[in-house]
Amino acid sequence: MNTTLRGRTSVVGVAESDIGKVADGLTSLDLIGQAAARATSDAGIPLSEIDGIFSATSHYSMSSMEVGEYLGIRPRYSDSSNMGGASFVSHLLHAAAAIDAGLCTTALIAYGSTQLSDGGRLVTASMPNPYEAPYGPRYPVSMFAMAAARHMYEFGTTREQLAEVAVAAREWARLTPGAFRTEPLTVDDVLSARMVSDPLTTADCCLVTDGGGAVILTSTERARDLRRDPVPVLGVGEAHWHRNISEAATLTTTAAVDSGARAYAMAGLTAADIDVVELYDAFTINVPLFLEDLGFCEKGEGGAFAADGRIRPGGALPVNTNGGGLSYCHPGMYGIFLIVEAVRQLRGEAGVRQVRDAELALVHANGAVLSGQATAILGGSNTM
Amino acid sequence: MNERIADSPASIYARGLAAGTLLYQRCSDCHSAVFHPRVVCPRCGGAALEWCQSTGRGTVYSSTVVRSRSGANPVALIDLDEGFRMMCRLRSEADAVIGARVAAVIPEGCTIDELLFAMEEDR
Repeated sequence: MNTTLRGRTSVVGVAESDIGKVADGLTSLDLIGQAAARATSDAGIPLSEIDGIFSATSHYSMSSMEVGEYLGIRPRYSDSSNMGGASFVSHLLHAAAAIDAGLCTTALIAYGSTQLSDGGRLVTASMPNPYEAPYGPRYPVSMFAMAAARHMYEFGTTREQLAEVAVAAREWARLTPGAFRTEPLTVDDVLSARMVSDPLTTADCCLVTDGGGAVILTSTERARDLRRDPVPVLGVGEAHWHRNISEAATLTTTAAVDSGARAYAMAGLTAADIDVVELYDAFTINVPLFLEDLGFCEKGEGGAFAADGRIRPGGALPVNTNGGGLSYCHPGMYGIFLIVEAVRQLRGEAGVRQVRDAELALVHANGAVLSGQATAILGGSNTM
Repeated sequence: MNERIADSPASIYARGLAAGTLLYQRCSDCHSAVFHPRVVCPRCGGAALEWCQSTGRGTVYSSTVVRSRSGANPVALIDLDEGFRMMCRLRSEADAVIGARVAAVIPEGCTIDELLFAMEEDR
């Protein structure tokens, strides 16, 4: 396992663009621009010092070139690799390696989408799969629905347990300024919402919003001289085992097992060390799956683990402390927001939702249909 | 000189359905059943994939019912007895039961989107 990248780079700036429903006419690139300007300002680094661009979007297949042009950056390292919503955590790995190798010094990781303004349809550059699309699954919810159904069949996970994931997310969102959905939500509300693809209702599904985010990464050595406390990348890993759900060997274990193991090994940490967890909750089933695959509980126990208030505000394991993709925001791909929230928690700037003494955060992002998985472990400034 | 591919896997699969048969591939090297159709074995990298005819019988691995204004559409992942998995539509919501034994319904001239599975005893 690679341990040489442990703590070599740090997040020194994070920001979100406007989120929710943004002004008419704004583009994905406008949101990336707004977030990038805010993130460089947060870092105290001029935009002109960015020499590495890492971006993936649904609207632009050559995202990093679009971002470079928009921002007037001529990078010497450019990466538009796309693992769906996992891209941005994956980009942390790629950027850390590039910086450590001396190929760039200051990386911008950026995302933006106007999915809500565009009418809510999932923009995707993916070809429809010829062995799936003809049968009419609704992409991507039906794929996660089949994972949920199988988890229920194998382990006795219940719809009530999945609903609790949505309720916990809403409780966190109610503490988060700018969250998209903050009205009270109960388990019964989730169960009685309109069924979309059995066993998942509309309330088991992530939001459709606009929004963007940006993360600035540089060497930890340099980070010490910048205005913000550095948030070191202690461990990071990525993995994918399939792209299309019908080629997944199993629906109840994901490649998070591998991405998580790689991140933990680099960091020299285990799940027991983690203070705050940010998981990509595109659908409620994601949370039990990833809690299991990342070692917070045994395989099959994720539903029960999440169901007794453990992941709500005040619970033993704070999960998705801004309300996640289920209640905070979800502009097509959510991964960048996981990093932003983890950094805010580690800097102690999360206001009333602040997890006390948060020193170690695990960020885990999913891409496509339980396909791409990327895990990062970020630390507070005292962890180096 | 390398041999060119004369007939695409997608075409062979589609012609199989049209002839009333469900085809899949088996690797000549590692003997894995392979689906979706392709030109390289994803288990061992072997390039010798032979076409085989499936019995069309299998077990529902997972399922969902897609709800929309136009009605309910039951969709499943089916583990065929020969050892490959595929997505398909089910004939009825009542078939969307994990663990149920199902069989392919392949009408004459079947196209990919017309393929269905139904409970084995009801076929």
